[in-house]
Amino acid sequence: MAWKRKDVLGLEEFGRDEVELVLDTADSMHEILRRPIKKVPTLRGKTVVTLFYEPSTRTRTSFELAAKYMSADTVSIATATSSVQKGETLRDTARNLEVMGADCFVVRHGMSGAPHFLARVLEAPVINAGDGMHEHPTQGLLDLYTMRRRKGRLEGLRVAIIGDVAHSRVARSDIWGLLKFGAEVRVAGPTTLLPLGFEELGVKVFHRVEDALEGADVVNVLRLQLERQKRGLFPTVREYAKFWGIGRERLALAQPDVLLMHPGPMNRGVEITTEVADGLHSAILEQVTNGVAVRMALLYLLLGAAEAERPGEPRPVEAGAARAGGED
Amino acid sequence: MANLPTFRDKAEIMDAGQMRRAFVRIAHEILERNKGLDDLVLIGIRRRGVPIARRLAALLAEFEGREVPVGTLDITLYRDDLTLRSDQPEVHKTEVPFAIQGKTVILCDDVLYTGRTTRAALDAIMDLGRPKAIQLAVLVDRGHRELPIRADYVGKNVPTSQREVIECHLEEVDGYDNVIIVEQVEAEA
Repeated sequence: MAWKRKDVLGLEEFGRDEVELVLDTADSMHEILRRPIKKVPTLRGKTVVTLFYEPSTRTRTSFELAAKYMSADTVSIATATSSVQKGETLRDTARNLEVMGADCFVVRHGMSGAPHFLARVLEAPVINAGDGMHEHPTQGLLDLYTMRRRKGRLEGLRVAIIGDVAHSRVARSDIWGLLKFGAEVRVAGPTTLLPLGFEELGVKVFHRVEDALEGADVVNVLRLQLERQKRGLFPTVREYAKFWGIGRERLALAQPDVLLMHPGPMNRGVEITTEVADGLHSAILEQVTNGVAVRMALLYLLLGAAEAERPGEPRPVEAGAARAGGED
Repeated sequence: MANLPTFRDKAEIMDAGQMRRAFVRIAHEILERNKGLDDLVLIGIRRRGVPIARRLAALLAEFEGREVPVGTLDITLYRDDLTLRSDQPEVHKTEVPFAIQGKTVILCDDVLYTGRTTRAALDAIMDLGRPKAIQLAVLVDRGHRELPIRADYVGKNVPTSQREVIECHLEEVDGYDNVIIVEQVEAEA
């Protein structure tokens, strides 16, 4: 199939064949990471901007390395030391970067929908690197890629997503992606951390972690997002670890060849024990490597071909003007 | 929508027997020129260069009684026309599971035409390591080079016009062996 998307905003709107194209392309990119010279000339002369309004080490570095391995230049805007502090709007910051020649924007923002807004006002492709509690599509894709690579399939896979589902954009992207492939998705967590209405998507919701783990092929442990929790949604971290933390005994309820995943950064000893995080079933570091391959694939798909519909000149400033190229 | 050019088969220029004999001759030429199989590796350019590399490897093994490593090269990421095409080519895997440092690489492809694919392949190989030498083996050389590149081993030289297309068919990909010349037909007004 041919890639037609201008932006990567969420897996909800992705078709199954589009996800497959990304995963197949990532498979080809993965080989480059094992070379002594990790560089291909494909995106020479392209500039990728990472615009992060929330802290990140892994995702930002992963995008920057992916761009560099493809020979693109990267500019990283740390909002803490930028004009954002002087009150510049998101739109103005991005439009200014675009007229300086930025070809692609990787955006993380605390507000759900911020990358979608930028996608409408920019000619350049926008990749959502996490928006509020909405989606984190590149993490979703790398999770799917890791599962497919290790298990050989996604169809019929029993995947248990454990923990702070309510605050997790990773969980949402994983769920949208997995359901497209007919995987069995289970979620479990404290009732205060489980959003309502997930059953309607076709997800199985469990209120005891042991029930969700029973016979699972993949266990994806979510990070307890303490920074997003202003109100007491569970009594103590210790109690959370006791009732929901994944350790050796709980993991033994899953399939003998279970794959253990975590999007990072880990709260060791809280949602996951060090013993299993560093154990034989863990794919946690593989996920990080795979993330670079998936992001290389997306950069190739978004930037690798001719700009058929996008004009070379910056668009005149017109409030509310329709986007020229769109997703055609 | 513009009329797509239509093509008609013009002539068969190689049949299965001629192809087999060409591969046998090329395998002998490779051995003669490199004085044996020492430090020799074969790399096929996707897609039809790959079965050609495998066939040559099988012949070399038959003549010398030793296996030769065979790799697969996808040159999509090295193309010079990516920014000119809106139909984006799919990226496939490069699989060269051996070191090419200090080796003589026999690069294999079906048709040599402008030389741009070969240029891309040379860059791709250089990114995998520093071979001692690279030699080029092609089934058909049809001329019209746009870059200073020539083949070391040629199955058949075929003079063509730029309106013509050479199609190599290989058992492994197409189910049968032959090389045909196809001509673009003037679209009806």
